[in-house]
Amino acid sequence: MTAKSDLPQGTLDLLILKIVAGGPVHGYAIAQRLQQVSRDVVQAPQGSLYPALHRLENRGLLDAVWKETESGREAKFYRLTKKGRIQLEAETASWQRLTEAVSLILNLSEGGLR
Amino acid sequence: MTWWQRLRHRQKLDRQLDKELGFHIEEHTARLVSDGLEPGEARRQARIAVGGPEQVKESCRDARGTRWLEDLWQDLRYALRTIRQQPGFAAVVVLTLAWGIGSTTLMFTVLNGVLFKPFPYRSPERLLSLQEKTAKATQFGDLWAFSYPNFLDVRSAVRSIDSAAWRHTGGTMSQPGEAEYILSCEISAEFLSILGISPMIGRDFTSQEDQAGAAPVALISDSLWKRKFGGREDAIGATLTFNGQQYAVVGVLPASFRLADDSVDLMTLIGQNTQPVMKARESHPRIAVWARLREGATVERARSELAVIASRLAAEYPRSNEGRTFIVDPLRPNTGDAGSTMWLLFGAVILVLLIGCVNIASLLVARASSRGREMAVRVALGAGRGRLVRQCLTESVVLALIGGVLGTLLVFLTLRPFISLWPGSLPRAQEVQIDWRVFAFAVTVSLMSGLLFGAVPALRAPAQELERSLRAGSRALVGGSRRLQSILIASELALAVVLLVSAGILGSTFLRLSALDPGVETRNVLVTRLALSPSVVTDPARIRADWQDILDRARALPGVRSVAMVDTVPMREGNNQLGYWTSSALPPRTELPLSLASSVTPDYLDVMGIELRAGRFFDVNDRMDSQPVIVIDEVLARRAFGDSWAVGRQLWIPDMGPAPQQVIGVVAHVRYWGVADDDPAQVRAQFYYPFAQVPDLLLRRWSEVMSVAVRTENAPLGIVEPLRRAIRTTARDQVLTEIRTMDQLAEATLARHRFLLVLIGAFAGTALLLACIGIYGVLAFLSRQRVPEFGVRMALGADPSDILRLVLRQSIGMIAVGVTVGSLLAYGTEHLLERWVSGVQLGDPVPFVSMVAILIGAALTASVIPARKASMTSPVTALRQE
Repeated sequence: MTAKSDLPQGTLDLLILKIVAGGPVHGYAIAQRLQQVSRDVVQAPQGSLYPALHRLENRGLLDAVWKETESGREAKFYRLTKKGRIQLEAETASWQRLTEAVSLILNLSEGGLR
Repeated sequence: MTWWQRLRHRQKLDRQLDKELGFHIEEHTARLVSDGLEPGEARRQARIAVGGPEQVKESCRDARGTRWLEDLWQDLRYALRTIRQQPGFAAVVVLTLAWGIGSTTLMFTVLNGVLFKPFPYRSPERLLSLQEKTAKATQFGDLWAFSYPNFLDVRSAVRSIDSAAWRHTGGTMSQPGEAEYILSCEISAEFLSILGISPMIGRDFTSQEDQAGAAPVALISDSLWKRKFGGREDAIGATLTFNGQQYAVVGVLPASFRLADDSVDLMTLIGQNTQPVMKARESHPRIAVWARLREGATVERARSELAVIASRLAAEYPRSNEGRTFIVDPLRPNTGDAGSTMWLLFGAVILVLLIGCVNIASLLVARASSRGREMAVRVALGAGRGRLVRQCLTESVVLALIGGVLGTLLVFLTLRPFISLWPGSLPRAQEVQIDWRVFAFAVTVSLMSGLLFGAVPALRAPAQELERSLRAGSRALVGGSRRLQSILIASELALAVVLLVSAGILGSTFLRLSALDPGVETRNVLVTRLALSPSVVTDPARIRADWQDILDRARALPGVRSVAMVDTVPMREGNNQLGYWTSSALPPRTELPLSLASSVTPDYLDVMGIELRAGRFFDVNDRMDSQPVIVIDEVLARRAFGDSWAVGRQLWIPDMGPAPQQVIGVVAHVRYWGVADDDPAQVRAQFYYPFAQVPDLLLRRWSEVMSVAVRTENAPLGIVEPLRRAIRTTARDQVLTEIRTMDQLAEATLARHRFLLVLIGAFAGTALLLACIGIYGVLAFLSRQRVPEFGVRMALGADPSDILRLVLRQSIGMIAVGVTVGSLLAYGTEHLLERWVSGVQLGDPVPFVSMVAILIGAALTASVIPARKASMTSPVTALRQE
């Protein structure tokens, strides 16, 4: 098993936004989804999920309502706001540009050696 | 949610956070249990997985962005609690600060009103003042007021500015009501609109009215309107008589209006002044010219435009305008020497405030040392260093702000009394108001002093080694704070030396100046200006007769010993300076030496008590038709004739005609500029000439400036009413103005010195007191901390005098450093005083040495008390305390 790398700075917010974009969801579900989608490759720093959620909520990218779950318990469900959706699109685009640029550079340098 | 809402609902938010995390942990636990874990273990793992509930909660609270406010709130409450616990300490600190911040803010309020505020006219930054400048400087410099024709030419030619002229006049207003001397001015029609002032009722002047031959019209002040017209609307269109001429009132000026710094009661039009001298470009009445930059124009453009106009005028009128240019400056209030007085006092109060802060800092250091244990406990419980520093600073800033509020209240109470105590009168006093700048200053000063005296103990407190502090308890840490406190005390003493030496220098200067002989016998002399009835001033013969009549009537009054007339009075504002030469081969006018010239009547020497040194003074035989004669003073005699006999010699004075003046006597020098300013004055030489020999042509002008001087048997002010009645019988419209005793005039010349001395003396006293309290407090504290050590020393054989010496040695070290540094600073201050206060002489060791001695004496006395107490420590109790 390869060592799990830390989540690059700022990507936790992006992942959370992406997960919440799928529909209203509570914190525990987000944690589980995070674990699934990251396929155990990246590790969100312990204890950073809730502060991140609250930060996003305070910045107006998420809003939250208290609703009952299927099991009949009250939980805080997060939703993407309009502002959050715009932010998600912008960040996704810039993330893609960045990764393209990085891989381009990596390929270039190998080509240069040959 | 805004941060404000988040702050207000933080308890609700905390509950929701609890619930949210609880839900997460329970879900996770349920999942782990269903995976087969034992419930207790499942719960433990769930809590770990979420990252430790308490830490997560803290991070979530941080994410709200209101953390600093909550901390601040906590710090504030803690600070107030600490202050309440030690009310005595807090009271000392707050009162010291209230005094320091209050007096600093008071001085700032005055500075702000007098120096910083622009004129209260519309967009004052676009107002300019114009002057004439000659290529060559004379004895009077190279800057001159405008002549009226030059102003008219500039006004019609210039495009980038709107310009207006004005000049001070003044005279007798005889109708309506009692005859009264009033201040007035002549203005050009556009003057008020350029300032952005319009009459409160009625209308402004029009440019058609601003010329010779137009119907005479006047604007009056609000005060004159109320005084003479009862504040009635029908004053508009009413007539008044001023200097024998009738004017129709067209408007009333706003009550707040002041021309520069003067309240002027009457304004007439300068264009209606038909005196021939108004048309002259040489030896003309002086005209002030103010201007406003037009929209889009710049000062540079105005300057280049005026340069072109000046060279055109120079070509057109070479006799008067050759080499004459026009100077443009921003229009600024003229505040004389008030500025330097204010800066000196401001500097002094800042020193007092600094001393106060240092004193408080050393008290706080002492307290912080005894609170070392509390701090250490808090660090051990997880408080960060930054958090502790902030806590300490909050405490001191709270104290400072309380002091600042009290200090500002003090300013409200003392501002008007303080202004009324200003020597002479404070220029622009009506501009001195408590405004937002003053509040901003008070807040800034409070915060800065809070940070200043708080920073020292705050930065030190958590720096202690934790473990040592906790073990040693309150007794520890003295070693480190001892040096810090010594530095604080030494700097306090140094600042006090500066103030004390300044007060000493001012004191010795004042004593020296007071002892000087002004050259006149000032006791029981009344001087008053007197305006003749406007009806007689056109006829020279009647002027002479009227003056003679007034002198005769005044002399006949009971209690009057002698009476004389004089144009320029010693130590009063106004003088006449004329060039003189000892032969008929006159050099160019600008190279003539200058002398003060006074025209007087024969009894002047008796009235003023001036000693005759040689020859004779004037008598009734010195008349228009006899030989022109003058009497000179010792200074002029020495300058003009050296050691040779002056009586019988001649002086050529071109301004008094081509014929030489015969010197018939020499009199003692009079300190015309007052005891403080006479010696450094540029023109000290004096001569007197008989009023009887003033030519007819000048007689009217001279009559306007003559004063009557009366020597009385008793208190001279008692003669004012009889004098007023006695002269009134001649004509009802003669008025007395500027009634003064010579004692008042002499006293006024030292008023600024006295004012500075009293205030800086008081500040120095405060500084000395604070410094002594400081040194006493610190020594008492340090000795208390060292009691066990003293006990050991005494047990080992030291006797009380050894302990006394031990404590005193500490204070002598601080005093030595403080006095050395302070003396260096005071040396610099001495030069400042020499530049700003007339009569201060450099290098006088007496004030320096005596003041330093006083400081050392007081500081030693303050140290002996705790030292003696320490020396009386009983070794048994001391050791038991350990």
